[in-house]
Amino acid sequence: MAKKQAVSFKLNGRQVEVLVEPRELLIHSLREKLQHTGPHIGCETSHCGACTVDLDGMSVKSCTVLTVQCQDAEVLTIEGFEQSGELHALQEGFTQEHGLQCGYCTPGMITRAFRLLKENPSPSEEEIRYWMAGNLCRCTGYQNIVKAVQYAAKKMSSAHT
Amino acid sequence: MIPREFEYYAPKTIPDALGLLKQFGDEAKLLAGGHSLLPMMKLRFAQPGHLIDLGRIRELKGIREDGGTLRIGAMTTENELIWSKLLQDKCPLLVEGARLISDPQVRYKGTIGGDIAHGDPGNDHPALMLVLGASFVLKASTGERVVPADGFFVGSYATLLKPGEIMTEIRIPVPAPGTGTCYAKLKRKVGDFATAAAAVMLRMKGETVQEVAIALTNVGASVLRARAAEDSLRGKAMNDASIAEAARLAMSICDPAADQRGDAEYKTAMAGEMTQRALRTARSRATH
Amino acid sequence: MAGSTDTIEREKKLQGLGSSRLRKEDARFIRGKGSYIDDIKLPGMLFGAMVRSPYAHARIKSINKAKALAVPGVVAVLVAEDLKPVKLDWMPTLGSDVQAVLADKKVCFQMQEVAMVIASDRYSAADGADMVEVDYEELPAIVDPHKSMAPGAPVIREDIAGKDEVGHGKRTHPNHIFTWEAGDKAATDAVFAGAAVTVREEILNPRVHPCPMETCGCVASFDKVTGQLTVYITSQAPHLVRTVVAMLSGIPESKIRIIGGDIGGGFGNKVPIYPGYVVAIVASIVTGVPIKWIESRIDNISTTGFARDYHGVGELAADKDGRIKALRFTALADHGAFNSHVSATKLPAGLFSICTGSYDIPKAYCRVDAVYTNKAPGGVAYRCSLRVTEAVYLIERMIDVLAQKLSIDKAEIRRRNFVSADKFPYNTSLGWTIDSGNYQAALEKVLKAVDYEGLRREQVQKRAKGELMGIGVCTFTEIVGAGPTKVCDILGIGLFDSCDIRVNPTGSAIARLGTMSQGQGHATTYAQIIATELGLSSDEIQIEEGDTDKAPYGAGTWGSRSTPVGGAAAAMAARKIRAKAQKIAAHLLEVGEGDLEWEVDRFKVKGNPAQARTMKEIAMAAHTSNLPDGMEKGLDATEYYDPPNMTFPFGAYVCVVDIDRFTGETKVRRFYALDDCGTRINPMIIEGQIHGGLTEAFAVAFGQAIPFDENGNHLGNSLMDYFLPTAVETPHWETDHTVTPSPHHPIGAKGVAESPHVGGIPCFSNAVVDAFAHLGVTHMDMPHTAFRVWQQCKALGISTR
Repeated sequence: MAKKQAVSFKLNGRQVEVLVEPRELLIHSLREKLQHTGPHIGCETSHCGACTVDLDGMSVKSCTVLTVQCQDAEVLTIEGFEQSGELHALQEGFTQEHGLQCGYCTPGMITRAFRLLKENPSPSEEEIRYWMAGNLCRCTGYQNIVKAVQYAAKKMSSAHT
Repeated sequence: MIPREFEYYAPKTIPDALGLLKQFGDEAKLLAGGHSLLPMMKLRFAQPGHLIDLGRIRELKGIREDGGTLRIGAMTTENELIWSKLLQDKCPLLVEGARLISDPQVRYKGTIGGDIAHGDPGNDHPALMLVLGASFVLKASTGERVVPADGFFVGSYATLLKPGEIMTEIRIPVPAPGTGTCYAKLKRKVGDFATAAAAVMLRMKGETVQEVAIALTNVGASVLRARAAEDSLRGKAMNDASIAEAARLAMSICDPAADQRGDAEYKTAMAGEMTQRALRTARSRATH
Repeated sequence: MAGSTDTIEREKKLQGLGSSRLRKEDARFIRGKGSYIDDIKLPGMLFGAMVRSPYAHARIKSINKAKALAVPGVVAVLVAEDLKPVKLDWMPTLGSDVQAVLADKKVCFQMQEVAMVIASDRYSAADGADMVEVDYEELPAIVDPHKSMAPGAPVIREDIAGKDEVGHGKRTHPNHIFTWEAGDKAATDAVFAGAAVTVREEILNPRVHPCPMETCGCVASFDKVTGQLTVYITSQAPHLVRTVVAMLSGIPESKIRIIGGDIGGGFGNKVPIYPGYVVAIVASIVTGVPIKWIESRIDNISTTGFARDYHGVGELAADKDGRIKALRFTALADHGAFNSHVSATKLPAGLFSICTGSYDIPKAYCRVDAVYTNKAPGGVAYRCSLRVTEAVYLIERMIDVLAQKLSIDKAEIRRRNFVSADKFPYNTSLGWTIDSGNYQAALEKVLKAVDYEGLRREQVQKRAKGELMGIGVCTFTEIVGAGPTKVCDILGIGLFDSCDIRVNPTGSAIARLGTMSQGQGHATTYAQIIATELGLSSDEIQIEEGDTDKAPYGAGTWGSRSTPVGGAAAAMAARKIRAKAQKIAAHLLEVGEGDLEWEVDRFKVKGNPAQARTMKEIAMAAHTSNLPDGMEKGLDATEYYDPPNMTFPFGAYVCVVDIDRFTGETKVRRFYALDDCGTRINPMIIEGQIHGGLTEAFAVAFGQAIPFDENGNHLGNSLMDYFLPTAVETPHWETDHTVTPSPHHPIGAKGVAESPHVGGIPCFSNAVVDAFAHLGVTHMDMPHTAFRVWQQCKALGISTR
């Protein structure tokens, strides 16, 4: 068996360490070893985006990242969005605009939208559709997800002014 | 969907990476963005014993202009290409192409060097590289060589990159002002490879085509340079008839494999249609 | 009027029927705190990985476990032989057949379950599965159902070669499953023989897969000391699972607890019982520790719960004005290698006989022949009631074919054939009684909204320029809410549903139902129904489903039956409580029951509104000694609701497409969907369901199909090839509604989630075909991929410049 390696990184602002085989996928470390079951496994071939996490300022599909690649990284998952009991504008937006149904894609959607809004704080509908296209949803038809992201964009920009 | 066991290395310098590559030979694979290799490993189609991650080598990153040449580190991601002001200004074709690759998350990880070095005929950068007249810096422990994109892609998953070599940099001559470019890609959905795609680089002199380059994605064992099509256009006015003739010539070199995207006839026809689209758009973007 | 303002305010506070209140279930999902199957972890849990057949049809000569057992972490390797001592090597299916749990001597479809490797974690399990050596002898495979019934065709199911019946009448060939008919054949044939006009078309509903975001899986945990079996499972019907597991295992049903937690979408995929579940249960019984089995996406698309694969022939007979006189529909149904098709016992072809649609058709006959092939079993209804998509697709395509033949406008031909609004309840010639409808009003509203005439004028102009523009019209009638137990049962169990409500002393309540949400928002909508019935705030009404130890027995959530059956049970249980509350109120107010009237949240004395008792006050009183003589304490009720009839939602859709004849790409320019689902409980949730259903319809119409080569090999079973549209491909949806309540449902509601899928698919197809109608094209089979549409363009000679 390949030697296990200790990997430490920041997960939602807290330093964590896991002991993993080199082949262990980040999604499995998060879900199985670090009790962060928000990111989900949907396809395993990096098509669906349910496992999306934010890794050093990038939205990535954690089913296609090795945990050993994450040494010293900063990882944000859905579990890191609510701060001091206050929901993130995106979490609020998804509820207000009915941007979710079964909830399985939702953590990946919100995490992806977070990075999208960092790069483009006031995206058009077309831009949201383009930049959210790495996340599949079978329930909503995306229309209310677009609205949810717009809701959050509006709320976040008014908070800044 | 779990890879076989392997050993993992994350060298911080190119010489370290080359040393590991030399040490493990055939049993080693280089890991760039990982979005081609890791899925293959999860399906156990690829089973390297040693994985050398290039992600920690700083000198493999970055986009800069140096004396009329764009120099792009091989580990620069698609997303970095898309947001690069330098490329948006000087080489919009690369931005347009990168925007059509896979999906946002994959573009954060996928790298230009990985896309090129993989030799997959479905990858998009090879066609862009051909029409841009790019060259690649290939480093080995014995030294480095610079090879032109034209001729680099020799077959399905086969390139001139030798065992023991690492692609470190992509060099692209800054297209002359007024150059019109376009990458036209037909795909079934976001995240898919091209059913067929065409890259065009075009320079006009008045109404006459001064220089043109055309390359096709995913309609042969490797990327195809449509030379006869180029020749038919060069030095002549561009109109519906000449565009149609160029498309016909482009189609004549296609030899695609049938799959769920379509049969060989359809893919060939689409290579022609994408060639037409790309030529028209490049023409509309070219100034003189 | 202060009084009425006050009433309105009080009503608003309840957030009951008709309120677009936000969903109660969202709080956990937006925080990543849902509890889906792969989130379940139990102490000592092992992981099971399936070994699957690379061949579609082959004999298993030997299986060697030795190398797999030597892999570190591997605990056991289970094959069919290991299941035999506990008699679990074969299991009964929901289609009256049997299915191999693990392949016994023979595999009958590619990716069939052959062995399960049990290991300490999923990494070791995968390594072990890789090392199981199976020696196969390949046999010729049948993938085309037409070839299946040929004389001398290879026999797929040798295990039942001697059986002349598989549940539904005599078999006529070793690969034949059943033949089912409805209607009057002789009378129908006679009308066809003398008809002014007839049309006929072969119409395929290709094999597709529901593909929810979460795959199937379970955690089975058997306690050897107590004999208690607990199974966490991705099931849309937990109670039925419990019954089947009891029948299979011999464990008393009272010692089996099935728990469906949060489910990441179902769409029909999570109705059947799959071999993976059964092997995990066996493994837990054998090892005494919990076993988790989670399907990979490739396994999911390849092996669990396909839908459709109906090879239909549609025929209509009409007069010269396009008035339909008779309908004759047949279908060859490819059920795969085992008849695990989900259907009610007496309805082997499901509700296919709803195929007369929204139209007044005097004579009709339909017939379905089901056959075995070397493909995966488990035919499910993908976001529809059993075989309703197939039925609606046939009639909605065929009426267009007829319109085209007679050069009648596609909206006009529908007007001429609608069951008129004054004819309900309407008895169809195939035996259903449609509860209510107002089809023409719905259609006219949509035509006006989209400026249908203007679109047709634009189409004429575009055609003159050689451009392809299509306008699809669809006016469908669905049949949902299975169903009356006299018609519908599965394994002998009637398809009623249930609700148990307990009102607490302080006026909050908990209700448990036999249904199972997979994203439909039951925790919200059921609470709204009960809120209005009981005058308690929906915020304070807790809904629980899916735990068989807690909820009363019910047949689960599929076929849009939650609102028609579960919702009815909720309303009826609440009414029982209200009836008791009225007695208590009369006692407290010292008046006769008849002197009281209900107002929003209280009983008040007629003519003296100041004299009243609120439901909250009554709830407290119900737990005191101050009750009428002989009255039981408490304020609880349970309802087992057996619906008197199905419900029949309907809608009118229009779709506009533009087709690029050089690439075959179709762009949906506009889609306008008017749905009538009767009384609307939560308009926000209804709209969300419609968006989702339309998107799944779009996926089916434009890309989904599970392709096979002639040897039965899958040619596209990952999300690279299987089309799940992203936000970029998905069109923008416009929605509208009319309200025609169901007369037999307690609150008049009909169910909605499937309508957009069922009505959407033919609307898209009608639009695509309409784009080519002027060129003589009458039908094109789905999926309308760019490749296939281009092939049509090429056949017409219009694909080049």
